[in-house]
Amino acid sequence: MNAITLNETDPAAFRDYLSAHENKTLLRFLTCGSVDDGKSTLIGRLLYDTKLIFEDQLAGLEKDSRRFGTVGEDIDLALLVDGLQAEREQGITIDVAYRFFATDKRKFIVADTPGHEQYTRNMATGASNSDLAVILIDARKGILTQTRRHSFIVSLLGIKHVVLAINKIDLVDYSQEIFDRIVADYKVLAADFGFETLQPIPLSARFGDNVLERGENLGWYTGPTLVEHLETVEIHRNEANAPFRLPIQWVNRPDLNFRGFSGTIASGSVRPGDEIIVADSGLTSRVKTITTYDGDLPVAVAGQAITLTLEDEIDISRGNVLSKPEERPEFTDQFQAKLIWMSEDELIPGRPYLLKTGTRTVAISITDIKYKTDVNTFEQQAAKTLKLNEVAEVNIAAQAPIAFDPYADNKATGAFILIDRITNLTLAAGLIEHSLRRATNVHWQALEVTKSARAEVKRQKPVVLWFTGLSGAGKSTIANLVEKKLLSLGQHTILLDGDNVRHGLNKDLGFTDADRVENIRRVAEVSKLMVEAGLITLVSFISPFKAERQMARELLEDGEFIEIHVATSLEVAESRDPKGLYKKARAGEIPNFTGIDSPYEAPESAEITTGTSTAEDEADAIVAYLLDNAYLPVEPPYVI
Amino acid sequence: MEISTDRLTHLRRLEAESIFIMREVAAEFKNPVMLYSIGKDSAVMLHLAMKAFYPSKPPFPLLHVDTTWKFREMISFRDETARRLGLELITHTNQDGVKDNINPFDHGSSVYTTVMKTDALKQALTAHGFDAAFGGARRDEEKSRAKERIFSFRTANHGWEPKTQRPELWNLYNARIRPGESIRVFPLSNWTELDIWQYILSENIPIVPLYFAAPRPVVERNGQLIMVDDERFQLKAGEKPEIKTVRFRTLGCYPLTAAVESNAATLEEIVAEMLVARTSERAGRLIDHDEAGSMEKKKREGYF
Repeated sequence: MNAITLNETDPAAFRDYLSAHENKTLLRFLTCGSVDDGKSTLIGRLLYDTKLIFEDQLAGLEKDSRRFGTVGEDIDLALLVDGLQAEREQGITIDVAYRFFATDKRKFIVADTPGHEQYTRNMATGASNSDLAVILIDARKGILTQTRRHSFIVSLLGIKHVVLAINKIDLVDYSQEIFDRIVADYKVLAADFGFETLQPIPLSARFGDNVLERGENLGWYTGPTLVEHLETVEIHRNEANAPFRLPIQWVNRPDLNFRGFSGTIASGSVRPGDEIIVADSGLTSRVKTITTYDGDLPVAVAGQAITLTLEDEIDISRGNVLSKPEERPEFTDQFQAKLIWMSEDELIPGRPYLLKTGTRTVAISITDIKYKTDVNTFEQQAAKTLKLNEVAEVNIAAQAPIAFDPYADNKATGAFILIDRITNLTLAAGLIEHSLRRATNVHWQALEVTKSARAEVKRQKPVVLWFTGLSGAGKSTIANLVEKKLLSLGQHTILLDGDNVRHGLNKDLGFTDADRVENIRRVAEVSKLMVEAGLITLVSFISPFKAERQMARELLEDGEFIEIHVATSLEVAESRDPKGLYKKARAGEIPNFTGIDSPYEAPESAEITTGTSTAEDEADAIVAYLLDNAYLPVEPPYVI
Repeated sequence: MEISTDRLTHLRRLEAESIFIMREVAAEFKNPVMLYSIGKDSAVMLHLAMKAFYPSKPPFPLLHVDTTWKFREMISFRDETARRLGLELITHTNQDGVKDNINPFDHGSSVYTTVMKTDALKQALTAHGFDAAFGGARRDEEKSRAKERIFSFRTANHGWEPKTQRPELWNLYNARIRPGESIRVFPLSNWTELDIWQYILSENIPIVPLYFAAPRPVVERNGQLIMVDDERFQLKAGEKPEIKTVRFRTLGCYPLTAAVESNAATLEEIVAEMLVARTSERAGRLIDHDEAGSMEKKKREGYF
């Protein structure tokens, strides 16, 4: 079936073989199942039966089987694919492994994904690049909780083709009755998942029945073997006929005479002469050439990596999406999406995260968790936050509009990941569903009296002085002194104090991490309005998290945010304890108290750090900073 | 009119995927570099880079970690390739290792590889402040590589930890790092050895002549044929170089790279031979045989 049958002395047959291999199609699929369903054994069997195991690997396998094997004297095929040493010793698969094999008809890339609960994110990872899923079931156990979860995730990521591999059929005496019962149960379970093909196959990965060869023990089964099905199942990938989308990756400018836009076509096709539009700016032009190393092309389709040159010099940069004017993508800053949370750290609504879709990265926050879905029962539940491996329906607000298509229409322009701004970890995978219409309908009010006009009459440059530090650090004391000094210089100020704001605007908020984030978000937005009003705005909040202070900074323009770290140590602050709060916190009467049982993330690059001198001196230094940096007029209008 | 993507064969799909990855790196990193090891995989990777940025040149230099024990033909091919393509080539050798005369004969493959390859690579990456480094590794080469990400995160000490690798979905690569951290990028992750040879054949990519069979002086040691490439080769008692017609399926440091007896002198013959081969290509690399999980260990320490 494979290369081994090739007659190397016949050059014509060899050339035919090569050209056949070159013209093979590619199928990417994933295998998923519960612990001990035999996924790794099945893939080992596929490699073994399609003769992709070399003699030295087989020798290594025999050696490893004696040391780690779980099947007695036999060769343990699972050891072929369980790569990392840690998991070999545990006897479980803890990461996605990619495997490659080929038959005469197709080339396959297999994502072997782990079955147990804590690694569900790996399954979603494997599914994201697959067109088909092989869901394994242990014939002895039937459908388990994990089967439901795996089927749900497979369907969530838009996989339309499923093989139900009922494995270890040898251990139930090759029983047709058991097979039929599991299939019937599964069909009920999968009724709403929108699978286009569902092929149940009874098999034994360990002995090879129905993997490649039919085997003698399953005479009652008349369907295809696993390999026969994988070779022939038709996958309708329709990207080439979908609307044209080209997310720009890189502006190609070798010299002044050439300006091209490089990217991989996400969907559709393009020809020279086609009119294109930049979704982000609405600018249009026509395609001049489709440039590649192998020469200019008359047409390019989805999946090809190309460089376009255009008839006009229009502004295009990385992250822009090109389309045709009559079939543009959606373009909005608020949308609804499905989210698969993949981090040990919980999702916090309101917290700023980075979203990457296509080649665009933008700051966003989750404005609402509509509900989360229990991946075992498919039940919808209310949620304030999301934990590792939870799936939810959310609303997202982006800091700038993005071009996208619903994931159901176009995976390449509807998928995204979320990234933590501080740790840079990938936190979640997302699928965009639709825009929230209010974003397209609510336009910014064009204002006639501008921020600078308001500032000018006050003879100052409006700015936020953001005091952060532990409770009792002296933030409010210093902020009060600074405000008095500014007032005496004739400046216009406002002071937002943590305690006071919590009595009014934020009285509905508590002290959980999620509420702390919302607390700061509101204060940041209020500060921004105050700066719009032309005021020097003093904000005195513990504001323990870097991410939220960063969010506040980014709401404002460059130079409008001065972070002042009142860096009094915990010991000193606790010894002062002006409101007796540390005492209560230590006694367990106040939960989530910053510095005691809730973290304080100190700034790394605050504009000003204080806390070593008297409050009076610190306040003078801050006013001096404002003078030096031209926030205040050089000659104060009044001297008192 | 219906247009089908089916006309993109799997090789063209692999090519497009690699180009996409390279462009992402060029766009998102400040100071990327391509590790160029002179072998067939590097040849394909470099060819893909020429395609990815055409008509521009690849916007990064090549880096070769020279252990001083590479085949002489590899070094001349390296210099010729950089000249022909007009690319900047950086070479780096661990001078501490040279001073201590660390070599594969006296110190064994494990110590030698750590000092002259792993440490040398870390030195070069740190000295130049590279934040991304392309490598030509493939997932089909070795078990622990089957789980490698395309963007593989490294700590500021160049360490690799399986637990800190980021989930990688669709083609959305997370390129964000803090100062000092870096990403190793493997644009050939989804290629197999057969794909590499077929692509070399169909694109007519130049490769080091050592891949083609020719009469060469070799000694047999532990069942492996090792080529005597220069006078530094330490012959053991009773060993005498013999001229055999051999070629190499993989290239590295000559004392650590086994030859196979072969008459394959053209690309077609190499591919034909590969298709009936019964030994995987890494069998010719002596470092994998040290102990179970040896490649995983080397990776954790910063080896490619």
